[in-house]
Amino acid sequence: MPESVVVIRDLVKEFHRGPEVIRVLDGLSLDIAAGDFVALMGPSGSGKSTLLNLIGALDRPTSGSIRVEGLELPNLTDGALAHWRAGHVGFIFQMYNLLPVLTAERNVELPLLLSKLPAAERRRRARAALKLVGLADRAQHRPGQLSGGQEQRVGIARAVVTDPTLLLCDEPTGDLDRKSADEVLDLLATLNARGKTVIMVTHDPRAAERARHTLHLDKGQLLEALQ
Amino acid sequence: MILKFAPLLFANLRRHLLRTAFTLGSIIVAFLMFGLLQAMKGSFDAGATIAGQDRLLTLHKVSIVQPLPKSYWDQIRRVDGVAFVSPVTWFGGTYQDERNQIPVFPVDGATYLDIYPEIVLPPGVRERWLADRRGALVGRAMANRFGFKPGQTIPLKSSIWRRGTGSSTWEVNISGIFDVQENKGDTMGIIMHHDYFSESLARGKGLVGWYVVKVRDPAKAARVARSIDELFANSPYETTTSTEKALAQSFANQIGNVGKILTGVIAAVFFTMLLVTANTMAQSVRERTSELALLKTLGFTGAGVTALVLAEALMLTLLGGIVGMALAYFAVDAFGTTARQYLPIFYISLPAALVAVLLMIGLGIAAGLLPARRAMRLRIVEALRGT
Ligand SMILES: Nc1ncnc2c1ncn2[C@@H]1O[C@H](COP(=O)(O)OP(=O)(O)OP(=O)(O)O)[C@@H](O)[C@H]1O
Ligand SMILES: [Mg+2]
Repeated sequence: MPESVVVIRDLVKEFHRGPEVIRVLDGLSLDIAAGDFVALMGPSGSGKSTLLNLIGALDRPTSGSIRVEGLELPNLTDGALAHWRAGHVGFIFQMYNLLPVLTAERNVELPLLLSKLPAAERRRRARAALKLVGLADRAQHRPGQLSGGQEQRVGIARAVVTDPTLLLCDEPTGDLDRKSADEVLDLLATLNARGKTVIMVTHDPRAAERARHTLHLDKGQLLEALQ
Repeated sequence: MILKFAPLLFANLRRHLLRTAFTLGSIIVAFLMFGLLQAMKGSFDAGATIAGQDRLLTLHKVSIVQPLPKSYWDQIRRVDGVAFVSPVTWFGGTYQDERNQIPVFPVDGATYLDIYPEIVLPPGVRERWLADRRGALVGRAMANRFGFKPGQTIPLKSSIWRRGTGSSTWEVNISGIFDVQENKGDTMGIIMHHDYFSESLARGKGLVGWYVVKVRDPAKAARVARSIDELFANSPYETTTSTEKALAQSFANQIGNVGKILTGVIAAVFFTMLLVTANTMAQSVRERTSELALLKTLGFTGAGVTALVLAEALMLTLLGGIVGMALAYFAVDAFGTTARQYLPIFYISLPAALVAVLLMIGLGIAAGLLPARRAMRLRIVEALRGT
């Protein structure tokens, strides 16, 4: 049994909407093994994105423990979390979230601006990442000049350019046609085969089939089902 | 270090070219105005600092444009403590074209040069001028402007005085070119002999504009001034005498009030510009909420995005400010010759340029501060949900 990259215990997340308290995650516990490919499913509003954001340290839990690669995330300061994200997590979004004013290459290079790498090396890595997703010839195109599937592949290139251990994908194929979605899923499978741990939120059962495990989230709890 | 973010900053300015252009335009205009006003202000300030302490000006009590009798000359000369006296008159000169206004002063040659030792002449020129009744001394800047050469005879037309012949033109021989010791005055003028000027006058033969008086002891200047004014008290031509410096100061103060009004206008312009720039930045940050959230997701810290937004605002104000000041500099250069007829020392000083740079930085920070704070406080999950 490989070691767990993500260890979650008794996780509670509440949101306040005026006087009302919404408990989205209610004492959830979960282990994700290194090198796993996990699909996270569940009805809308069940807290999938919330869980993903907590694992990626974009938000803080109300209580409970989140340990990623042995690091207890809630204990870190905001600044430390930002640095940690830059080095350890790649995010892939449903709407790609590329900067429209930058070329594909500049978009992919963006996370590397925070490193101390010289310009030539940043450029080389950005090109390599674009080549990996099959878009080497689109390096100078802006997002507006690309199809949705191509934009998402640029998004994946940006997520992997820093070589993180963890890829967090929130409905990465939610906005794509079947063919583009399959290309994206192929890419994620390839990256997983190369050792990345992938956690993917999805509504699409065919996308979930590509994962090794599927977790079902409902009413703030996990209904774990091994496939 | 910061350089690697430059493409990101430039890309953001390019995003709404028209909006960026309007904002830049308003910054450019504000700094152009600032530069020109500073040049004018520098000119007024300079007048007060180059005036002498040991020189008195005796003017008509009502105003400098009212003439004084020539008979006062002898009387002032006899006042205790007076070293030299020269009459000075405003000729109201033009050369060739009515638009070429030139300051010409009929004076008493010998005493005038003694009163103003800062006037520097080449060897022999003083004697040549004093020996030629129709002679005139031309300032270096004036000579350069019209290409005047020693030995040349030029017609000076007065817009005020008329000769008995009906003509209002005096021909003068250029005896030489004068310089003025550094920072002690300007050389945009001509001096000629009072006798030659007045002898052929149709009217006003016995009148002069004002008197310039050199006192023996600067410490007693105030007492001498009082004696002169007492001498002519209750006469039809009462006088007021004060040091050149005090006069220049009070002139500068009057101008200073104008300057204050102009400073107020500039302040208003800058304030408006601050609002325009701040609005541009606020708008630009608001519509980029999800992009800033993305940067934070990628690991940019709160301080990091703050710096990016501030850098963007600074880039706007520095770009606009530098272009505006450059335009002001060229404008001063281009119109300087004309302006120097009225404002002797007209240029943008180094301190004024430094103040401009500080203003650019201050404005950039002020305009970027609120949007930057907003970017810093942005909560990633909420911003990402907003898309
Ligand atoms: N920042 C927030 N403030 C208040 N409520 C929130 C916030 N974020 C999420 N919620 C609420 O938490 C619940 C879970 O939201 P979440 O986005 O995690 O659901 P989801 O499973 O990703 O749904 P979907 O499939 O529609 O994306 C929802 O009821 C949502 O309204
Ligand atoms: Mg969601």
